[in-house]
Amino acid sequence: MSYLEYNAQSAPTGLRKILYLNWPLLLLISAAASVGFLMLYSVSGGDMSRWMEPQLKRFLMGLGVMLAIAMIPIWFWRNVSALAYLGAFALLIAVEFVGTVGMGAQRWIDLGFMQLQPSEVMKVTLVMLLAAYYDWLPKAKTSRPLWVLLPVLIIVAPTLLVLKQPDLGTSILLLTAGGVVMFLAGVHWGYFAFVIASGVALVVTVFESRGTSWQLIKDYQFRRIDTFIDPSQDTLGAGYHITQSKIALGSGGWNGRGFMQGTQSRLSFLPEKHTDFIFTSLAEEFGFIGGITLLCLYLLIILFCMVTALATKDRFASLVTMGIAVNFFLFFAVNMSMVMGMAPVVGVPLPLVSYGGSAMLVLLAAFGMVQSANVHRPR
Amino acid sequence: MKRNPKELDSTHRTLTRRTLLLGGLQLAFAGGLAARMRYLQVDQADEFRLLAEENRINFELLPPARGRIFDRNGITIAQNSPSYRIVIVPENAGNIEEAIANLREVIDISDEDVEEALKDIKNSKRFHRVTLSDQVAWEDVARVAANAPALPGIAPEVGLTRDYPQHEDFAHVIGYVGPVSDYDLSKMDDPDPILLTPRFQFGKVGLESKREETLRGKAGTKQVEVNAFGRVMRELGRQEGEAGADLQLTVDAELQSYVQARLGEESAAAVIIDVDNGDIRAIASAPSFDPNLFVRGISVGDYRDLTGNTYRPLSNKTVQGTYPPGSTFKMVTALAGLEEGVVGFEDTAYCPGHLEVGGRRFHCWKRAGHGHMNLEDSLKHSCDVYYYDLAVKVGIDKISEMANRLGLGMRHDLPMSAVASGLTPNRAWKEQRYGQDWLIGDTVNASIGQGYMLASPLQLAVMSARLATGRSVTPRLIKSIDGIEEPSGAGEDLGLKETHLRAVQKAMYSVSNDRRGTAYRSRIIADGMRMAGKTGTSQVRNITAAERAAGVIRNEDLPWERRDHALFVGFAPFDNPKYAVAVVVEHGGGGSKAAAPIARDVMLQALYDGAPPLSAYPKSQRSKIKEQQERLETERLKRRDTDGNDQA
Repeated sequence: MSYLEYNAQSAPTGLRKILYLNWPLLLLISAAASVGFLMLYSVSGGDMSRWMEPQLKRFLMGLGVMLAIAMIPIWFWRNVSALAYLGAFALLIAVEFVGTVGMGAQRWIDLGFMQLQPSEVMKVTLVMLLAAYYDWLPKAKTSRPLWVLLPVLIIVAPTLLVLKQPDLGTSILLLTAGGVVMFLAGVHWGYFAFVIASGVALVVTVFESRGTSWQLIKDYQFRRIDTFIDPSQDTLGAGYHITQSKIALGSGGWNGRGFMQGTQSRLSFLPEKHTDFIFTSLAEEFGFIGGITLLCLYLLIILFCMVTALATKDRFASLVTMGIAVNFFLFFAVNMSMVMGMAPVVGVPLPLVSYGGSAMLVLLAAFGMVQSANVHRPR
Repeated sequence: MKRNPKELDSTHRTLTRRTLLLGGLQLAFAGGLAARMRYLQVDQADEFRLLAEENRINFELLPPARGRIFDRNGITIAQNSPSYRIVIVPENAGNIEEAIANLREVIDISDEDVEEALKDIKNSKRFHRVTLSDQVAWEDVARVAANAPALPGIAPEVGLTRDYPQHEDFAHVIGYVGPVSDYDLSKMDDPDPILLTPRFQFGKVGLESKREETLRGKAGTKQVEVNAFGRVMRELGRQEGEAGADLQLTVDAELQSYVQARLGEESAAAVIIDVDNGDIRAIASAPSFDPNLFVRGISVGDYRDLTGNTYRPLSNKTVQGTYPPGSTFKMVTALAGLEEGVVGFEDTAYCPGHLEVGGRRFHCWKRAGHGHMNLEDSLKHSCDVYYYDLAVKVGIDKISEMANRLGLGMRHDLPMSAVASGLTPNRAWKEQRYGQDWLIGDTVNASIGQGYMLASPLQLAVMSARLATGRSVTPRLIKSIDGIEEPSGAGEDLGLKETHLRAVQKAMYSVSNDRRGTAYRSRIIADGMRMAGKTGTSQVRNITAAERAAGVIRNEDLPWERRDHALFVGFAPFDNPKYAVAVVVEHGGGGSKAAAPIARDVMLQALYDGAPPLSAYPKSQRSKIKEQQERLETERLKRRDTDGNDQA
């Protein structure tokens, strides 16, 4: 029995599909986005038109895209995944030539009506292609070296391109998300153990080489790492952002300084308060309670993705849903770690909350696929 | 594509297992995030809250209002006037050049000011105010305000600036303030932070400088919220400072103004002291200058004019200038002789016109000699030989001691800059200073206030006050601080024998009132107002034997800086002394001609508390005096008028 057959028989059709959407997920996403609207209103000092309105428009547009994608059967997305991956790959190459320089890196393609970040698109298409690959690959071959090498190449190629932009944060995200999909697909854990072990060994070697004749990275790179480990060394230079961010977070206390009362963000001590550091503003104004609330919202979103992934018998749908969930997790985990001084400042926005068009749009489109998996699962 | 259901099952089991594992890992990581959040926001909240407050709150200093200065009758001598300036906030002005060009169509601004402002704009943040034009007239302020819509980012501002409404009359009495310079700051150990405010005015010279701490007051603080770029967002609270204390001087502004006018363009100094309590009623040094020139920093041209003047207008000659007291010192020598008992009132000395001492010939000013002289005659005629003879008998140390008792050779603690201590030489001093023995010739020179002897006009006034009262009258310039009276300078009894003092006073009386007295022309004839005094003419050059043989060159024929200094000291009324006066006219020629008339006019002005009646003057001089009084009055009125125009 082919998928086509049984899906066609049991999946809902027409407008009835709307009933089968993962509604809790949709509400959670909207709730998280609303936190974003609230914070954008606050950090703009009460100016709605500055950040909140554009963000709201883009969210509504993204919601439309999400629903449109959800209406299209999941197997369609499986069938176009290779094409999507190649398209994203082409964009990544194109960005090298026609990209707009932003924040010192070539990342954007100006589409006229919006700025497109190809690496964002790649995050989703990579997961799609890997899911399709493992959907196609018989289980027996999953852990064979040659069949492992192919997905590794699929992951590494775009990662290197993104790294060249240079965008360290996104390339790590791509690598990790790809690896997690392979792990979920059942690739032997030995491969992962090997990769993690050699990664740790590499880091240790780099640090061991410091000050010796065979030093592997430059002195200024070491200094950056130092600043990351102890920002107080350089409170006005590289450590400034992190220090100010921690002050903002810490001063929020248990229940925050009140809506629009955060001095750190309102008085511009906080850098990038509407994008990468928006979580800090939230934590400053709504305190520990506000921060934990958002974290719980995020965890619930992942939980409902997992429910969808585990409920469907469709391997592609499961893997793609989990891949997107992992992407989402990495997003907020890296961002929060960063603003709390647990990870270097790598420029990863807070999903659904940070101001920014293409990340939001791509993320909602990806959730559209999760919805599609939910709608079109056999019942 | 067909699929084996069993295989599907097994892969699904793997997926489920690994998904749950992954979910667990994610949950653990989220737990880590939550723990970190808790650590920052709950455990360390207080510390970070403090840091956030430190970040956002700045303290700004509020300059205190400087204490005002009044004369003894409450006339304002130094005050703080609102001063208007035009400021520009570059960030609100748009195109700076265009904004300034627009402004210049409305009011006049010099090219230098614009240049200066453009430099300041370049060097400061865009939201900081930059002064375009300082000390702007009210009409210009009104014009800028009226054109406000056309001048974005440009606004008038009001501040306080020091103002000296008495202009040159009090320049030497109270000095002046000026903007703090880096040099001023480098001299201070721990400068008050308010001094670091740009253009802060603080006392540079004179009373303004000596009583800086009293006058300055205490700066208030303003807490303001600033953003990361230092821009002030709002005021959180303020603590008002304390205004500086108001000072009331002992000086009478009317009298001071008269004295200044009476000295005119001479290089001269005059001091009048109230002998009862040491109050300085007037203390004038001429020529003077307008202290208002210094308040905002004097221009190079104005400063060059002041320093290039040979009459040294910047020097306060009343306390800084020291002169050989000349014959005005003779009372000291006489009193020393009387107190030591080496001479009686009626003991005479013979003056043949010179005296041989230690193989050298010392001349009297009168070549023909005075003949037999007693104490009263010697002072009246100002015979030198009498004092040569007396000094040799008394010895320099006793003379020097008497000079100190009378207030010479010591620093009177007045709140003025560079108060000189003068010099009353003695043996020990010469040994220490030059490593030489004291010669008898030195004593002879000192006896008539020449040689090493130096005194300031203030010291001479104190001397005559002490001669008039027999008490150690101490000069006092500040009457009260914020209404609290300063200690009186009445002083203690000097312990001089009454008869000795009376003898010297009587001799001084005859100087001014005896037909043959050297100051007879400058007498006061009003009853109960008569003045006792002593003229002095001190040489600033040596008269060689050759010149003496050929006939001493007359003062009028010498270049100004080689002419004699003219001095006069005195007190009045003789019967019941009220004021003591000292006048020094630098290179003025004879004391009786150049200094005594000034002293008499000044004394009368003080005694009558205004213009004296002509009847106080000898008949023959009245028409001339009347002319002089009218001339001075019109001059003072004219000056007051122009001053008035300055202020408008």
